[in-house]
Amino acid sequence: MNMMDYMVAAPEMVLLGLICLVLIADLFTDDEHRVRTFWISILALVAIFFVIDGTATESRTVIFSGSYVSDPLSQILKMAAVIFVGITFLYSRDYLRANEIHKGEFYLLGLIGLLGMMIMMSANSMLTVYLGLETLALSLYALVAIDRNNVTSAEAAMKYFILGAIASGCLLYGISWVYGVTGSLQFHEIAAAISTDPSLNNLPLWFGLAFLIVGIAFKFGAVPFHMWLPDVYQGARTPVTLYIASAPKLAALALFLRILVDGLGVLHDTWAAMIMVIGVLSLLVGNFAAIAQSNIKRMLGYSTIAHVGFILLAFFCGTEQGNAAALFYTLTYVVAAAGAFGMIILLSRRGYDAENLADFKGLNARSPWFALMMMFLMFSMAGVPPFVGFFGKLNVISAVIDSGYTGLAVLMVLASVVGAYYYLRVIWYMYFEEAEDQAVLQASTDTRLVLSLNSVAVLALGIVPGWLLALCIQILG
Amino acid sequence: MIGLEHYLTLAAMLFVLSIAGIVVNRRNLILLLMCIELMLLAVNFNFIAFSRYLGDETGQVFVFFILTVAAAEAAIGLAILVVLFRNRRSIAVQELNTLKG
Repeated sequence: MNMMDYMVAAPEMVLLGLICLVLIADLFTDDEHRVRTFWISILALVAIFFVIDGTATESRTVIFSGSYVSDPLSQILKMAAVIFVGITFLYSRDYLRANEIHKGEFYLLGLIGLLGMMIMMSANSMLTVYLGLETLALSLYALVAIDRNNVTSAEAAMKYFILGAIASGCLLYGISWVYGVTGSLQFHEIAAAISTDPSLNNLPLWFGLAFLIVGIAFKFGAVPFHMWLPDVYQGARTPVTLYIASAPKLAALALFLRILVDGLGVLHDTWAAMIMVIGVLSLLVGNFAAIAQSNIKRMLGYSTIAHVGFILLAFFCGTEQGNAAALFYTLTYVVAAAGAFGMIILLSRRGYDAENLADFKGLNARSPWFALMMMFLMFSMAGVPPFVGFFGKLNVISAVIDSGYTGLAVLMVLASVVGAYYYLRVIWYMYFEEAEDQAVLQASTDTRLVLSLNSVAVLALGIVPGWLLALCIQILG
Repeated sequence: MIGLEHYLTLAAMLFVLSIAGIVVNRRNLILLLMCIELMLLAVNFNFIAFSRYLGDETGQVFVFFILTVAAAEAAIGLAILVVLFRNRRSIAVQELNTLKG
């Protein structure tokens, strides 16, 4: 243990220090000046961004006796997570203030969740992954229940808590078996143990692997372990849904990459079949169930399940190209998801949540600019060129074809066509239906600006997707 | 002689019991929280058995972390339960049904 070790893990440590600072600063702030906590949190996020950038290492650095790893993958994921948490805070501020739930806890729990995500992204042992996962999960349970007087929030929090705890239990049970068979908790040692002694690749290890996959699928919200996702998206207050829908998806991606690719990548032939079944089911159930929804938060919940199907099928290939496609898809999907939930927050106001699809009727007449922005986001999610969602889907499908699964690729295209229906319905409502609600949109200038930038980003990334894809391939190469 | 397989069988039985408890129980949320604790204890059993069998302490260290996290998890679970009870005046599992579709 030397000073260099601490330098590499500086982002997490500085963030923890800043969280304590925000906690103390929030104690001395009354409800009227709560916006100070917001600004301190944003400053903390900016500081963390530069710390991650400043401590970035070119090569893979493993420290703390092999428990923590810093590599280009962890750095890019951490930077993206910091940006999306910042965007979430900004979109949420006015909504929370208008609905009188503007508490310092929202920002604090958001930052603690970010700490958990960063630990997961840098994990190099099962223990580190588990601790990061629980830090994130426990703050998410509390965030969902942040509005104490709301019946649906409380119910969603309870469901999320119970199903999340079962998922953690399954993950741990799987970890215990993998530990028992390989004798180690660190990913590179697990991988080395299995490749040097093929006799370890036996039934007990597969048993543990199956439980690990159940746990990971739960955290991703993949079918058949998706029951919590639509309920939580609908039941939580919209800013919390925005938080859950954005950065934690990057953490789930890291969970998959660390455990199943870094640690158990040698067992790809064993887990690929399970991942394919889960991925195909997610794609179908997500897309078909989303059609039937009238609540837009619930609809986006089911659409998340369909996008998760795409990500899992990219991992199913097991090639570098497939993994890079999964990373690209997740990064770009999160941009669109953050924008879409930001738009729902924009349409809400004091005592009124724009939760239903019908609330988007006639948006073009109320605000042509934001109707255009929402159209960008919906086109990107549906996968219409030249928006970035199209390139995400294209990369995954070409990775699947290159691995020789043409039938699967056809199924993915068909599922996307079904999925396009409910995204296009939102656009139809905005442009060709009469508005039921004529209220003027209220939002501060900074929120409008960032929301516009966020939506234009899906178009800009779609016009020049090459650099991001090259970055993804370079990171996972 | 009690060997590794006996410990693993007991842990597996406890794990299945806790899952069954969660699936079957429709009346009381507190029982669900107890089942979740039981599940984590089954995992601890597994870790300790493997740790002893392998002669490697890492598994036992993991158990301490699981115990600590389980305590935090129970605290948050009970806090959510209190919020739920204040709003609904009931902790029955079958009444958790306003979110559907």
